[in-house]
Amino acid sequence: MAFPILSIIVFTPIVFGLALLLFPAHRHREIRIAALVGASITTVLSIWAYFTYDQALGGYQFVEKIPWIPALGISYHVGVDGMNLPLVLLTGVVIFTGVLISWGIDDRPREFFAFLFILATGVFGVFVSLDLFQLLFFYEIAVFPMYLLIAIWGWKVTREYAAMKLTLYLFVGSVIALVGALAMYFASGLGTFDLLALEGAGFSTGFQRFWFPFVFFGFAVLGGIFPVHNWSPDGHVAAPTAVSMFHAGVLMKLGAFASLRVGIMLMPEGAKFWAPLILVLATVNVVYGAFIASVQTDFKYVIGFSSVSHMGLVLLGFASLNLDGLTGAGIQMFSHGVMTALFFAVVGVVYDRAHTREIPKLGGFIRPLPLAAVAFIIGGLVSMGMPGFSGFIAEFPIFMGLWQRAPIVAIVAAISIVITASYIMRVVGNVFFGEMPKEFEGHISPIKVQDKVALVMLAVILVIVGVYPRIMAPLVQSGAQAILALVGGA
Amino acid sequence: MAFLEAHILALILFTPAVGALLLFLLPRERVTAIRRAAFGVSLIPLALSLWMWFAYQPDVPGYQFVERAIWYEAIGSSFHLGVDGISVPMVLLTTLLTPLAVLISFSIQENVRSYMMLFLLLETGMLGVFLALDLLLFFVFWEVGLVPMYFLINQWGSANREYASFKFLIYTMAGSLGLLLAIQLIGVASGTFDLLTITERWASLSGPLTLLGLPITLSIGAVKRIAFWAFVIAFAIKVPIWPFHTWLPDAHTEAPTAGSMILAGVLLKLGAYGFLRLVLPLYPVEAKTYAGALALLATLAIVLGAFASWGQDDFKRLVAYSSVNHMGFVVLGIAAAAMAQGTPLAGDGVIAVNGAVLQMFNHGLSAAGMFLLVGVIYERAHTRDLNEFGGLFPLAPVYGGILIFTAMASLGLPGLNGFISEFLVVRGAWPILTAYTAISMLGLLITGAYILKGIKKVLHGPLNEKWLGHKMEINRREVVAIAPLMVLMLTIGVWPSWILDVINRTVLRLFG
Repeated sequence: MAFPILSIIVFTPIVFGLALLLFPAHRHREIRIAALVGASITTVLSIWAYFTYDQALGGYQFVEKIPWIPALGISYHVGVDGMNLPLVLLTGVVIFTGVLISWGIDDRPREFFAFLFILATGVFGVFVSLDLFQLLFFYEIAVFPMYLLIAIWGWKVTREYAAMKLTLYLFVGSVIALVGALAMYFASGLGTFDLLALEGAGFSTGFQRFWFPFVFFGFAVLGGIFPVHNWSPDGHVAAPTAVSMFHAGVLMKLGAFASLRVGIMLMPEGAKFWAPLILVLATVNVVYGAFIASVQTDFKYVIGFSSVSHMGLVLLGFASLNLDGLTGAGIQMFSHGVMTALFFAVVGVVYDRAHTREIPKLGGFIRPLPLAAVAFIIGGLVSMGMPGFSGFIAEFPIFMGLWQRAPIVAIVAAISIVITASYIMRVVGNVFFGEMPKEFEGHISPIKVQDKVALVMLAVILVIVGVYPRIMAPLVQSGAQAILALVGGA
Repeated sequence: MAFLEAHILALILFTPAVGALLLFLLPRERVTAIRRAAFGVSLIPLALSLWMWFAYQPDVPGYQFVERAIWYEAIGSSFHLGVDGISVPMVLLTTLLTPLAVLISFSIQENVRSYMMLFLLLETGMLGVFLALDLLLFFVFWEVGLVPMYFLINQWGSANREYASFKFLIYTMAGSLGLLLAIQLIGVASGTFDLLTITERWASLSGPLTLLGLPITLSIGAVKRIAFWAFVIAFAIKVPIWPFHTWLPDAHTEAPTAGSMILAGVLLKLGAYGFLRLVLPLYPVEAKTYAGALALLATLAIVLGAFASWGQDDFKRLVAYSSVNHMGFVVLGIAAAAMAQGTPLAGDGVIAVNGAVLQMFNHGLSAAGMFLLVGVIYERAHTRDLNEFGGLFPLAPVYGGILIFTAMASLGLPGLNGFISEFLVVRGAWPILTAYTAISMLGLLITGAYILKGIKKVLHGPLNEKWLGHKMEINRREVVAIAPLMVLMLTIGVWPSWILDVINRTVLRLFG
């Protein structure tokens, strides 16, 4: 069998995580270094996999399949194609930068990194899964550490509330999706959970129309679809920085991706039937999310709601069910993931020094933290869809797809671009420019090298994809084409 | 040499951006080195575009120095550059004004490195719009120019800069939104973003857009109409055409001197260029239908802009409104050509567009010059209030002479460049839009009024005692900065054919 790169990527984090638990609790330095090593291995391998994927060949590559519970038709089946490979890369990038950003955690770093890595394994596992049971299995592995990470290391004011809310929402969502998944398993008559087999199961149109919402909306809860998005802002804000980076950067993509992989790809007729509703709800995400972000006074809540808004664009891309929309959605998942990780990293840098996130109370932070400010501005420009950055490369095809499907939606959703520009500029102006309040003068320590590395890495990725879309667009498009073949072309 | 010829446009386009990144390597305290490096870098595109100017062949139809590379293939967009007789003068204008503006910016003391980096990035953005032969690329560079300008105003501007920069950004972005949607629509309808391909296929496009049975579908006619209006609004905001001009007085006034030079000198031309490159060629019928409305708005811009200018007490705001006034002539020329297409008066339309394009170039020179001079006096007096000045001529004779010269070019004195372009517009528009042209000429009287007001209040009359003993004269660096502009103003005024010829050949082919 060929080198099992995907399994190594999936399992390295949890192996390191469990190994970390064997370290003595006080050896913080060794723990951090071990965590960084573990993250680096995953990152390097995910970059390697990304660039060695054969685009001319297409389809699923680096495939591994081992029977797991044959009696139930469950196997360990993994593979990457144009849609999930960028997400694997994304996770690799976010886990690496997340470890760097969390370097300063002093309260039980051992447990923190252990849970973070269990989370990472869960996420990787979902992205590469080609077996439905396996996908749900890894999904739960990803959700449960979130509770602990937020409840123990989160913002004291709301962490318990936020952790509980997040976990309950996501569990309920996954249970609903599980019901739908089981329905498919039984109705297919194939006795297997293999996704590729189920793609050809030929579910009746009526079946699909009934069960699609279970699966799609169940997973889309994690994607932040309106109106079941409200776990997300509280979760983002309460979580410690690296967990927020993971949460918005990767976890929400998990939900969107799963709704694509299990919902749209297995029940395309159901998708076509429900697409108008998804378009409406996602439009609300995009526009309403932007407006709500505009009125927040807590820096982190602005970004939390901005995530709700941008995930709406992903869902719009999905619901347009054409090549442009799907391609754009795929790129947007990557671009937004990196961008929001960057945002939260900068927020963390500012909060660690200012101990407040209230925008009216901040100001002038570009002077002590010029790199963080520029990184945030770059993130902001991505968020606005400014050409030259990855956000534009992602949003443009989404809008093209919408024009082909539902022009009114394109026009309404485009309004959010201007709203986003205005709140981003306002936040940048209020936090980084202007007068620094007296109490901060002289108390803002400069950025540390590990934070610098993380911010630069994230920002550079956003720029590279922005000026050289060839590095990602053809790959994602090939994945989108495969999905389109299932949907029946558009 | 062959490499140079094959890639001259890409070199011109990216040198400023690369230069900006290289500036980052200089430590931020080495202010003198940064200034000199920035100035040096900005001279490279100028040298290259001068070479390009002389290598350009006006008689050869179509675009020259064309380059094409794969960029965003997945959606049908390529990196496609090229110039013709309309864009070549614009490129020259941009690459000329940038080093002069950088030279003027030597008096900036704070955060010099960031300032110069933003300035150079801005230059790439503007050049990209003029060079792009791909709609998506056009849009990319259009937007790219906005952000550096926002920060230039916001960080280095005057008292009201936060309001002005925010208004500028949001107003123009709202306009760009229309541009974005229109370009997306056109891309979807044509299957490509390449301008040349679209122009070929445009007339014969047919068939509704949407499939898969959702109730909302768009016919190709609807697509074209929406795209037309979206384009018009986006470009109207940029030019700016009355009544979409209200972002301009604040932005121009609050920007730092060099920022205003570039804003008025180049950025406004992007909007007019959009009309000439995209709206008129793709939508001759719609443009003709609405040309009358466009001409009305142009006339209002000319007349009301002039009156507004006349009423100002802030010297810089006076010059800002003069931009509205002068760009009105550009739009009048464009409107005349739009109306005359396909009629016996098409020849007059050609004259009018010639005037419009030359006016774009000329206004670039004179507006940049005027803002430069306003900046000179502002740095010495720390006020822009015209009532605070008075009788400064003896204190600053060289400045006074230069101011009068530049102001006369702005006023349209025969012998200087402004006269040629305004005359051509009027001559071309008269047979086509007689009433509007006549009113615009009355507007010219008011133009004279505000220019003379500016000169009088600053230079003539009783000396305002408080300036005695102050050093008010223009310095050598500033003279070096404005000298090329003055030379061009005079040259074009007495011998315009070196530039008019280039413009005319292309305009004849496009609109004749």
